[in-house]
Amino acid sequence: MAITLSGDQALPGPPLSSRLTPAQVWGIILLAPYLLVFLAFVVYPVCYGLWLARAPANYVALANDPIFARAAVNTLIFLVIGINIKMLIALFLSGFFAMQRTWIKWLSVIFILPWAVPSIPTILSVRFMLNPEWGVINHLIFSFTGDDGPNWLNDPTVALSMAIGVHIWKSLPFWTLILITGRLAISHDLFEAAEVDGASWWQKFRYITWPSMQTLYVTCTLLSMIWTLGDFNSVYLLTGGGPADLTHVLATLGIRYLRLDQLSLAMASIVCAMPFVLPLVYFMMKRLSR
Amino acid sequence: MKLPSLRDVATEARLLLIGIPVFLWTMIPIYHMFLFAISPKEDAFSGKLWPDHPTLHNFEIVFKQQHYFLRDFYVQFWNSTLIAAAVGVLTLFIATAAAFSISRLKVPGGRMVLNLALFTYFIPAAFLAVPMYRTMGNYGLLNNHWSLILAMVTIASPYAIWVLKQASDKLPVELDEAAVMDGATTLQIFRLVYLPLMMPSLVAIGTYAVLLAWNEYLYAFLLLSNDRQITLPVALGNFLAADDSPWELLMTTGFIYALPPAAVYYAFRRYMVGGLTAGAVKS
Repeated sequence: MAITLSGDQALPGPPLSSRLTPAQVWGIILLAPYLLVFLAFVVYPVCYGLWLARAPANYVALANDPIFARAAVNTLIFLVIGINIKMLIALFLSGFFAMQRTWIKWLSVIFILPWAVPSIPTILSVRFMLNPEWGVINHLIFSFTGDDGPNWLNDPTVALSMAIGVHIWKSLPFWTLILITGRLAISHDLFEAAEVDGASWWQKFRYITWPSMQTLYVTCTLLSMIWTLGDFNSVYLLTGGGPADLTHVLATLGIRYLRLDQLSLAMASIVCAMPFVLPLVYFMMKRLSR
Repeated sequence: MKLPSLRDVATEARLLLIGIPVFLWTMIPIYHMFLFAISPKEDAFSGKLWPDHPTLHNFEIVFKQQHYFLRDFYVQFWNSTLIAAAVGVLTLFIATAAAFSISRLKVPGGRMVLNLALFTYFIPAAFLAVPMYRTMGNYGLLNNHWSLILAMVTIASPYAIWVLKQASDKLPVELDEAAVMDGATTLQIFRLVYLPLMMPSLVAIGTYAVLLAWNEYLYAFLLLSNDRQITLPVALGNFLAADDSPWELLMTTGFIYALPPAAVYYAFRRYMVGGLTAGAVKS
């Protein structure tokens, strides 16, 4: 019965080694590979990085770098505006894809593609579409209006919006999928009862769907925020941080400093994001490990 | 056949009004990539929606490596394959062992390891990349495939452990107890009872790790630099270094590169959707 013994209670008594059952010894052996990976590639790098970033001079340098301030603002715009737009669209589309139609089922199979295929060729494809001289978008604008279209990636505001668009394109399918799962978990009886009472589409959403999905929606939004902080590709592959380094986000800025051989600045810029990241992480861990 | 009522037609029309934009939004960047791949250079740059002379010539150039940027195409394709396979195998090994240990053997401190893994899962990937790059340098692994393999295993395992632990907890304890009664050792339980029952989750996790590694750009571009060491996405990124990048070849190579993950995803879709979304967010 050794296997059902819980090792979590700290029993007083003889030293640990003699209290371990064979199963627990195996447990420790099987856990060791992950612990080694964790120590070598998470703990050591993070501590070493923090040590490199420890000098206050780094933070003074960051505060004096206008690119850093701009990147911090861009990151906030990405998180607050980009994610909320994405999650609202995902919530809306989850309702659409939950409909029982053969053609919608087929569409959902195609809809997953942006998430399933790698970023680099698709984002570069978008980048070329937005090319002012050769891109298909400005070709179409020219053939319909006779005017030249805008230089999409040359204006920092437009370029950042395009990067947010690319991010939404890439990650919308995943979140829609999760929210569909949430929707399908709602008991069908509730909707049938509401239907009998003559509830409108909005009333059904307001009083049945939303209350059942609220927790899931909030969790997804927070998780999406954490992951978006780590989204390097959407910005780097579309704008490269340009024009004039005005579309950087913290994820690309850290790598930019790294490429300029300023590792302590790179780490310091990440440390500056920690006051945002750690509460999110703490909250997510509490939610998931309940 | 019953004729649809006017109301049904109106509902269907409204749904199409959502469905058509969704279809276009999803497909346009992918179609654009495909369009470039089958267009001769002149057509690609003319902004046409279908080339006047569709051709497979670009594929021929890629497969015969007839361009400066494509000299090492097969080597790079092989690097991507090898690294993705290694990440899949190693992640499966590490995560299955950890999940079995935490969930079935109730190892002391298992809960804490799970929380540590969860914490890693939440570190934004681009943030970890900065110290990881320097650490790989300290370990002397830069420009070595092992650096990318180990980095991707580090990123893939936390989620893998989390999903596998959730799935393990659902298996009844009685199975293990019965096996112990029959005199099975811990390793026999692992091999003969646990692994077969976990197969669907293992397929999902293996696929996830392979796709993650195959699609990775940032870590690959930081950790590998030699033309014969790099993976396909890094090679694609390097195309952009030239002033007059051969975009039609870039898109052709990109299209070839995107095919395997799409195929793998669709082959294992059943496992993926159930296995991965369940673990991603516990509601």
